Amino acid sequence: MASASNRPLSPHLQIWKWGPAMAISILHRVTGNGLALVGMGVMLWWLGAVASGPESYATFQHLASAWYGKVVLIGLTWAFFQHMLSGLRHFIMDVGAGYELKGNNLWSIILPILAIALTAAFWAVILLHR
Amino acid sequence: MGNGTSIGTVRGLGSAHHGAHHWLVQRYTAVANLLLMAYLLTALLMLPDYGFTTMHDWLSRPVPAAAVALLVISLFWHARLGMQVMLEDYVHSSANKFAAFTALNLAAFGGAGFGVFSIIRIALGAA
Repeated sequence: MASASNRPLSPHLQIWKWGPAMAISILHRVTGNGLALVGMGVMLWWLGAVASGPESYATFQHLASAWYGKVVLIGLTWAFFQHMLSGLRHFIMDVGAGYELKGNNLWSIILPILAIALTAAFWAVILLHR
Repeated sequence: MGNGTSIGTVRGLGSAHHGAHHWLVQRYTAVANLLLMAYLLTALLMLPDYGFTTMHDWLSRPVPAAAVALLVISLFWHARLGMQVMLEDYVHSSANKFAAFTALNLAAFGGAGFGVFSIIRIALGAA
């Protein structure tokens, strides 16, 4: 496989410059893999704790409602909304729309702001009503 | 891959013809995640409290149990496909790639199995 090592690799890890489109693309990958590694773990811990009974669930709830637990949960909520919105952006681009430079850059800036707003709104409801 | 004839030097380097299926299933599971996560987050906002009894009672009802079980399957499927693409981009040696894909598949199927089993126990188990 000597010649196979000379094949072009994607993506380029060195050749890029900052811009809204590359930033939201990297955010999509980082939040997606973060949700897969951390988010799915927390979800399984939650389900496993409920299935194991009141004592296991009390341990989960104790850690999840501590300040560091909330930091993780708020982080995961943000990662979810960011990945959801940049995922919807991919659906738009899948049908061939949204490639005009101005509109693409604009939405690449709006969506991360919207993700933070949705996270804040979700946690405002939880923290203010309990 | 051989190096004798010109066709031999390029054979096996092109498309494996599995990309479109992978791409489509990534989107099918994305739609399922979107709908089921909207259901889960709305339900979590509407629960009166997050105590054990409330959570257990809610998860043992048929619709929430079915929805969360399907969500677990769809999320792990989507995560498996997504992490595969990430690994394909950054892990280049065939041996490491094989090891990474093996670990990824074990984690995805193991995680989904554990999640679904937990929900079945909550919904059907003696409590």
